[in-house]
Amino acid sequence: MKPFAYVRATSLQQAVDAHACRPGSRYLGGGTNLVDLMKHDVETPTTLIDISRLPLNRVEELPAGGLRIGATVPNADLAAHPLVRSGYPALSQALLAGASGQLRNVATTGGNLLQRTRCPYFQDVSKPCNKRDPGTGCGARDSTYRDLAVLGHSEHCVATHPSDMAVALAALDAGIELYGDTEGPRQVAATAFHRLPGAHPEQDTLIRPGEIVTAVVLPPAAPGAVSLYRKARDRASYAFALASVAAVLELADGRVRHVALAFGGLAHRPWRATVAEQLLAGAPLTDENVLRAVDAELAQARPLRGNAFKVGLARNLARDSLAALAQACGGEPPERLP
Amino acid sequence: MHPTNALGSPVPRREGREKVTGAARYAAEHTPPGCAYAWPVPATVASGRVTAVDGTAAAALPGVIGVLTPFDAPRLGASEDPTLQLLQDPRVPHRGWYVALVVADTLEGARAAASEVRVTYASEPHDVILRADHPDAYTPDEANGGHPGHREQGDPDTALSAAPVRIDCTYAVPPLHNHPMEPHAATADWDAGRHHLTVHDSSQGAGPVRAALASLFKLPEDGITVVSEHVGGGFGSKGTPRPHVVLAAMAALHYGRPVKLALPRGHLPATVGHRAPTLHRISLGAHADGTLTALTHEVTTHTSRVREFVEQAAVPARVMYAVPDVRTTHRAVALDVPTPSWMRAPGEAPGMYALESAMDELADALGIDPVELRVRNEPASEPDSGRPFSSRHLVECLREGAERFGWARSRAPRHEGPYLIGAGVASATYPVLVAPSTARAHARPDGGYLVEINATDIGTGARTVLAQVAADALRVPVGRVAVAIGHTGLPAASLAGGSCGTASWGWAVHDACAALTARLGSHRGPLPAEGLSASADTTQSAKQKSPYARHAFGAHFAEVQVDTVSGEVRVRRLLGVFAAGRILNPQTARSQFKGAMVMGLGMALTEHSTVDAAFGDFTENDLAAYHVPVHADVPDIEAHWIDEHDKHLNPMGSKGIGEIGIVGTAAAIGNAVAHATGQRLRELPLTPDRVLTALHGSA
Repeated sequence: MKPFAYVRATSLQQAVDAHACRPGSRYLGGGTNLVDLMKHDVETPTTLIDISRLPLNRVEELPAGGLRIGATVPNADLAAHPLVRSGYPALSQALLAGASGQLRNVATTGGNLLQRTRCPYFQDVSKPCNKRDPGTGCGARDSTYRDLAVLGHSEHCVATHPSDMAVALAALDAGIELYGDTEGPRQVAATAFHRLPGAHPEQDTLIRPGEIVTAVVLPPAAPGAVSLYRKARDRASYAFALASVAAVLELADGRVRHVALAFGGLAHRPWRATVAEQLLAGAPLTDENVLRAVDAELAQARPLRGNAFKVGLARNLARDSLAALAQACGGEPPERLP
Repeated sequence: MHPTNALGSPVPRREGREKVTGAARYAAEHTPPGCAYAWPVPATVASGRVTAVDGTAAAALPGVIGVLTPFDAPRLGASEDPTLQLLQDPRVPHRGWYVALVVADTLEGARAAASEVRVTYASEPHDVILRADHPDAYTPDEANGGHPGHREQGDPDTALSAAPVRIDCTYAVPPLHNHPMEPHAATADWDAGRHHLTVHDSSQGAGPVRAALASLFKLPEDGITVVSEHVGGGFGSKGTPRPHVVLAAMAALHYGRPVKLALPRGHLPATVGHRAPTLHRISLGAHADGTLTALTHEVTTHTSRVREFVEQAAVPARVMYAVPDVRTTHRAVALDVPTPSWMRAPGEAPGMYALESAMDELADALGIDPVELRVRNEPASEPDSGRPFSSRHLVECLREGAERFGWARSRAPRHEGPYLIGAGVASATYPVLVAPSTARAHARPDGGYLVEINATDIGTGARTVLAQVAADALRVPVGRVAVAIGHTGLPAASLAGGSCGTASWGWAVHDACAALTARLGSHRGPLPAEGLSASADTTQSAKQKSPYARHAFGAHFAEVQVDTVSGEVRVRRLLGVFAAGRILNPQTARSQFKGAMVMGLGMALTEHSTVDAAFGDFTENDLAAYHVPVHADVPDIEAHWIDEHDKHLNPMGSKGIGEIGIVGTAAAIGNAVAHATGQRLRELPLTPDRVLTALHGSA
């Protein structure tokens, strides 16, 4: 860990101003990931600008429906919020599936979105990593490590995004509010916020230098829609997803009025399954239709040495989750194909 | 004085309150005035030589006291363990081997400076991957524990080919890491005036640490004090002196300042030992009635190029079952890997995973109940040596476990929604060891007693149990006995390892207290102001070779659920029944059994270290990636024991209990998964990727 300066921001503007005049500075939220990375010299900020006490810690109901979640709302509080639990169960479940109780008490909404991959090659500065040190190569690609991407990876990076919460936000069509010194406020779709690695794996998101995540906005939950989050992992708690799925479903007369499906643990970003969604839209939610749609989505997968199992796992999780949601919508679960 | 019965009572852990209130001080929590901090620099190549160490940038940072390198570090004396020859030559035998040490005024300063040390290497090709057909595999003369590397009786190959029923299977256990809660740490303080070195070390034995330091630094043993008062777990990784204590002492002597060195978690996988991976091939031959006719257990494992350590995984097959034609053998391959070492039940834990999985497969092949198959192969004497058992109650453990677990009811695998439910059983064994120790007992005029012995309590409850041993030998209430341990100024005793602490130390404490009781009995009048003392040395009695084969036995039962959607295996119930002599403290004993069963659960389902072929290290280097079970993984665990009376052990009648709890757990869980799914997985751990592939075929 390198010596660094610490300043505590008392307003949003002061925070972005401090960032602008202190090159190499980083914003500090709960610090559950950033401080670890500093201990390993993966992050070497000159200054930490502590934004954890900015007045961004509220969950507000929006006049037209929906919620605005301040960036410093702790994960534990957000998971327990009655309006989140009732209107957006996928989000509450995703939060509770992440980390441990102690970490969720400290980790923030904004920090959860901006956490870095847990790829062990990224976290070890003695090894090459294009995400950490662009141009040095990828140490993970030829390893037998399992927790790597199967979708959307590039020759430069095979890391996965570790967040559970972000997967739920992608399926819930959330928006991410940002504030920057030069940009002012702007909002981007959660589905667009995280990037695929391409030739620039060092950029996890489309956030610009100095911008702060100020809030997450959830659109109104459709009255007939149901949602869930399902995660598979090596141990029952405190483990990142081998694969996960966030699903939202609304049925009308047995047909799909709205479906949203996002995968976690498979890619450099939460993977919104648009191919599958398009195939399912308007169709009866039969097991056959679900499998055809999910298989079409996962046909894009390019597994690496040790992680082909993730494709089948994701398929199972999506199929099972949609069946559970169909039942929750008041319908019969689709009859399973043999 | 009245006879008391401290032994056998659930006496609460003596230091429990200190520990949970934070008052107990661990090795890194001693900070002598002027204390400096050391941070070691690990090698970033897997094989080769250090050609240069540039510490200029590091030394220029504020508060940096110095940088030691293989080229300028003080020269060390001899050590039995070559992994302690630190910074003595530029050779790099594995990635993570220490190649420099930074010492600074603050921990943060030392850590920051360590990352500024520039090391250049002449690297060489490395080989870190164990294969059963590795051309460099050899049969060692001895495996860990002094067991012969190879044993053969009769003609197992002919017996196998003649056997009416045969199974021939391979199993694999990956590298595993001990990862005690308290990482290895030491604080060393050199008093130049007194010419005395004082070291607080997180160790399972302060005595061996002192002996090693004396030899390495060419100091007399009485010029060194090593204190290991509280130790936050070791599981074997602190059984021998480790690099951190040598480096802390080296820096303290060299710079003339107290030096503290607490290893970060990420350094542990490469520097404090691991359970070597083991590849097992087991063949069993049997008659249709289940009687075994032949057994071969061949183990291939890795060791390092620094020191040979061979995990004795084929040894338990020499103890378990009556078989006339047997071969048990080990093959080792020296690779460019860190030196493996002891991890809770070395040999027994991986060996019994393989053997007890094979017994389950044989039971399936024969259509015989797995409990019954084991009962039918109960030997009259120890199969390998022919010696009679001092006591053996495996069958009783199996029977009582089956009864308590509801084994008969659980034998039909079943569905619950997406879950497949199954049950499994496995036997366990662990040898009875004992090592010479000395102790002193002291009676004060105020009616209090002090027992002194350089034993170590690594979280087992040893301190408490020794007080119980003393109280009964002195025939006084346990509350009147104070116990001093964990200090080389106390009478010498063996380390906390091999599940023999209580037997070894307790024996010396018992003898010292019995001698004191005799002295007190013949003393007339009030005690003198300085009190009365008596000492004991068990060297003669402990070294006496027993005519008996002495082992603890146990039976493990597990119920699992396998999620057919996710491949996740969760344990619903674990139950163990043990026959381990007299249980001296049911409260601390139950904790030991259960803790080891949790560790076995991790071995079965979640724990593994990946050897990275390209970089030559273990990929998982923190507790987020190396998955020890968390609370949510640990189900209802029951540990029970048979009331076992064995006159051929020690004055307490006890067998070791620290390790046997892990021994059969993984096999019981693996057998339960096979029972639930109908699919046999032969490589640990049983993670969702493997389970899904077994259930649904490859993706």
